[in-house]
Parts: sequence; structure tokens; C-alpha cells
Amino acid sequence: MRFELTTDQQDFASALDALLAASDPVGVARAWAQGDHAPGTRLWERLAEQGLTMLATDATSVEVCVAFEALGRHAVPGPWVESAAYLPVALGAEVEGIATVAAPPHTPYALDADVADAVYVAGPDGLRTATVGDGLVSVDRTRRLFAVTAGELVAGVPGAAAPGQDAAFDLAALATAAQLLGAGERVLADAVGYVKQRRQFGREIGSYQAVKHKLADVRIALDFARPLLFGAALAPADSPRERARAVSAAKVACADAAYLASRTGLQVHGAIGYTEEFDLSLWLTRIRALVTAWGTPAFHRDRLLADLRSA
Amino acid sequence: MDLELSESELAFQAEARAWLTANVPSEPLPSMDTPEGWALHQEWEARLAADRWSVVSWPKEYHGREASLVEWVVFEEEYYRAGAPGRVSQNGIFLLAPILFEHGTREQQDRFLPTMATGERIWAQCWSEPEAGSDLASLRSTARRDDERGGWVLNGQKIWCSRAALAHWGFGLFRSDPTARKHAGLTYFLFPLDADGVTVRPIAQLDGEAGFAEVFFDDVFVPDSDVLGAPGDGWRVAMSTAGNERGLSLRSPGRFTAAADRLLALYDERPDPRLADRVVDAWIKAEAYRLYTWGTVTRLAQGGDVGAAGSVNKVWWSELDVALHETALDLLGPDAELDSRWLDGYLFSLSGPIYAGTNEIQRNIVAERILGLPREPKGTPS
Repeated sequence: MRFELTTDQQDFASALDALLAASDPVGVARAWAQGDHAPGTRLWERLAEQGLTMLATDATSVEVCVAFEALGRHAVPGPWVESAAYLPVALGAEVEGIATVAAPPHTPYALDADVADAVYVAGPDGLRTATVGDGLVSVDRTRRLFAVTAGELVAGVPGAAAPGQDAAFDLAALATAAQLLGAGERVLADAVGYVKQRRQFGREIGSYQAVKHKLADVRIALDFARPLLFGAALAPADSPRERARAVSAAKVACADAAYLASRTGLQVHGAIGYTEEFDLSLWLTRIRALVTAWGTPAFHRDRLLADLRSA
Repeated sequence: MDLELSESELAFQAEARAWLTANVPSEPLPSMDTPEGWALHQEWEARLAADRWSVVSWPKEYHGREASLVEWVVFEEEYYRAGAPGRVSQNGIFLLAPILFEHGTREQQDRFLPTMATGERIWAQCWSEPEAGSDLASLRSTARRDDERGGWVLNGQKIWCSRAALAHWGFGLFRSDPTARKHAGLTYFLFPLDADGVTVRPIAQLDGEAGFAEVFFDDVFVPDSDVLGAPGDGWRVAMSTAGNERGLSLRSPGRFTAAADRLLALYDERPDPRLADRVVDAWIKAEAYRLYTWGTVTRLAQGGDVGAAGSVNKVWWSELDVALHETALDLLGPDAELDSRWLDGYLFSLSGPIYAGTNEIQRNIVAERILGLPREPKGTPS
């Protein structure tokens, strides 16, 4: 029993955090939102050198969560869940370059299909090629979504249920939960920093209980979402059912906690937080988008309850 | 990173489960706050102690098994899964005992721990006063030095003293140095509730039972041998109790995971899709609490302490407990208002956000000590 990251895992998290902090991720995200992918693909290559694209096939889900928490904390743009979580599991191999996938019904559009080297559509019998259609506008401008039409089957047997799809979906949902946790932690840290320096009525607004208690609730929600995330990462590999149950619990809790962080973070910042120019906006819109990505909270609650009732 | 129990921990779990299966009363005991229920709960404590299950983490010489922290959590999970009775001895074994182990003399440990372990002597906690609730350190009950008799003379009033209506001994803080600053000059005393000058007046709780009481002190003599820790050091001594109450020891995860499982069973009996989300959220929150506790256990095993995280913990379990029981009552529909185990549990849960430091105080602690937010300017002491 040692429910805590190992020294190696902590070192990996710190190294990744340092790399991202030094890479102007906000600038990268803002450029990406404008359709300028050059800084983002350079960052992608550096992260791939750190092994991010091979974690799903060569490491454990714990390392996947560590990495995606860091991506969420720094609002890194790009189809990371698709390339580094879903597709490696669905294909059974590491993805070369940037790839993306639509996996209806939960993930009906392909993220960043305009920059991806490969675009897939996941159907019940496996992965198919995709024809990329119109772009759609997400609340998160860094999430450039595209409608896709399925073509040839490239992995799987026509008509037969694809074996890796459920595991791929669960890892994608888990990675999304990790990003939400990282984003929530970031919003809380920024909000705490802000209320310590912003003064009204002659004192820091962070000294008022109304503000303190809201931020304390965020701290509490995040502290109890984290063990569900890593508990799901440790779910036994030979039990798809336990894995699905734990992933759904983690996705619900991380989404709820991050969303609470985003609402509270905006509220304590006041009007400046409501501007596009202020960097907080990147996390507010990212969290809103990820709450419903890779299975809405309603889907995950329903899946979890159905499983608990049949236990 | 792992969540695995070792061979010996699994063996301990199996032994605990087998014993509980064979020994837990098949019918719930009457409320421990009635004389009849009190006696039955004391009997249950004696039965636990006879087979060394009452205080598993204690040393063997005091009826324990020297169980590790992991084993303690495992035992608690099994205990609640088995539907075993509430612990009438909890003020003693969970709140006072850790202080006795840390600050008590060997003589005090030998004198107090064995009867605490067997449930023969039940302890009441006497913290609050009519004018000192959340602001506990403003308490006014006094301890006057009596050199001639070698002890102290207590005067004043304590209130909301859990279990005091029927308990044998109490523990609490008194102001032993009226000239010292607020938190200084307090001393931690142990005293029999039938001592000369002690008057106990039971107070009926929301559920009608006298779960707590007022205790009046009128020149009550306490010998030096019943002072816990150094005179004047009572605040520091007591705060280790507060940490235990908020943190790990009083609210083991097994209580909530077992209740969440019962809620799922209730949902199966009375499925109502309108309440489905609340049922599943109760389960998720209990599961989060279970996993969070393993994180705490890992930290403690490596020599860390709970610290202000105990406040994070206390807000979580107390609000989870209320929400879980509210959901159960809503599932019961119009029958919710009728006497039931769920209703008892609900009424009990309502006290959680209040006792051991209200959740507002806990949120202040989280905000100031964990998030590092500035302290609020204090009001003028009255």
C-alpha cells in the first residue's frame, strides 16, 4: 500500500512542468487558436521527445495521468488525448506524428483535423479512414473541431466488435480527467495569487471569508478528485469493468472540481477575468469544453450507476 | 504507486471479517444515549476487547494488537461493512487515547488505558462553554492552584459535552493562569463526573436522546496526577485531539462506503431516476474519501502528519454524510419522516458540520494555512 507517486513519477512530473513553463504555452495556445500551428507543433515535437506519445503503450496509466495533468495545467493545445491516449490503444501501437480521431457518439468531431497527419473515425468494428469536412467553432478557440465522414476500415474486422475500443475510450476519458484536474489546479493557483494582491475596501480581498470559503471549497474538491483519478489509473488491467467504473468516477469528479474551480476563479477575478485578453480565459474555456468531452458527466454517472446496480 | 494489501494485511482482514461475522449482533442495538442501549453498547465493547478487537492499533499490554495504520483502516472497513454497533467508547479511544500516548505519564497510561479499552469506563469530552464555541480559546472556566492538597480547584460550566449524560469521566480545558494571553494559561484536566461539586444536566438532542450534557463545576478538586501534560500547555495538548477528530481517526472511510452501499441497495428497492445522480454522487464521494484516506495513510507511514489537511477532510466527510442521508430520505418518499435507521443516521449526520470545529472554521483553516490567504482582522475581544 503506497498511494502516492513514486520518486520517478514525481521527477517526471517536475521535469514536464519545468519544460512547459519555459515554453510559453499561453503564446502557443493563442497562436494555435488563430490557426498558426508552428509554435504548437514545435512544442509537440519536444514533448514527443520526452516520451509523451509512447506512454499509453510503454508506460502505465499513472504516467499518462501525470503527463495529462501537466498538459492541462499549461493549457497545451493539440489532439493529445487522441494521439497519446485513444489511438495508441485502439491501434495497439504508438502514433507517429500528429493524429486525431472522432469517436461518435461521445466524441463526434475530430479535434485539429487540419493539422493532423492522420485522421480516423472510430466505429463499432474498428478504426476507419476519414474525410474531413467543415470546421466547427468550440467555446475553446484552441479546440479546432471538424466534422468527418467515415471511409475504409483500417484496423479491425468488418462487422466484428473491435476489442480495443472500450479500453481506448476509457484511457481517453481518464486523460481528459487528468487535464481537467491540472487545469483546475492552475485556475485555483492563479485565483489565490490574485486575491492576495487585489485590494478593495482597504484590504486584500482574499482576507474576506466570502472569498476564502469559495476558494477553500475548490481546494477540497480538487483534493478529493485527485485520488479518484489515480485510483482509476491503478484499476486492474484484467478487469474492464472495474476500469470503466473507476474511470467514470474520476471523470465526473475531475470535471465537477475543475468546473467549480473555473466558476470560482472567474468570480474572484471579477470583470478582468471575463476578458478574452486575460489569460484566465484559456482555462475557463478549456475546462468548459473538457467537461463534456469523452463522455459527458451524465453519461459517466449513468454508466457508473448501471454498473454498481448490476454488481 | 499501488493500492495493494500485503499477505499479512490480507490475513488480518480475513481474521477481522471472520470474527465480526461471528460476533456482530444481528439486530441493531438501541441508541447508546438511552440507559438500556448504553449498557448494551458497553457490553459490546467488552466483547470486542475480550478478543482484542476494541483498540487494534494499541500496544498489546493495553488490549491492542499493535496493528499498523493500514490494518487499522482495514479493520474499520470491515467493522462498518459488518454493520457493527457505533462505538460508545469513541471519545476515549479515538480522542483522548492519542493524547494520553503522546503527553500522558506512564502512570496515567497504566491507570486510564485498560478500562478505556474494555469499555468499562466511558469518557465524555468537555470543550465548549456557553460563550466559547468556535472561539474555544476564549473559554472562562477556571482552575485555581491548591498547593496544600497538591492539585487544582475547577469552577465554571461546560456545554455540549458528548456522552456526558451517562459517561464516567470527562476531559477538558480550564484557565489556570488568568493573567496569561488567550491561548496560554490553559490546562488539560481529567476528572470523574461523579466528583464532589460536579453537576451533570443532560440535554436532549434533535433526535430526543440525551447525547450531550451541560456540566457545572463548583469547587471541584483535581489532583496533580490527573493533569494531562504540563500546566499552561493545555491548548497545544488539546489541539492534537482536534486534529485527530477532524482527520483520520474518528471518521474512518468504512463508515461512508458501507453507507453508500446501503444507499445503492435502497435505490434498488425504490428506484427513482430523478434521484439517480445524487445516489451515484454519494457513491463517488465515499469512494473518493476511501482513496484519499489511503493517501493520508501513506503520508503518515512515511512520518508525515495530517496538519491542516484534517480540515479538508472534515468538511468532506461531514458534507458527504449529510448529502448521502438526505438522498436516502428522498428515496423513501413520504415514509422518510417515519422512524428508521436512515432517519437516525440523517439526524446524526446533521451534527457533523458543527462539531469538532464548524465547517466555516475549517474553511478558514484551509484558506489560511493551505492556500496562504491573509487572516481576517480579528474582532475586539468582549
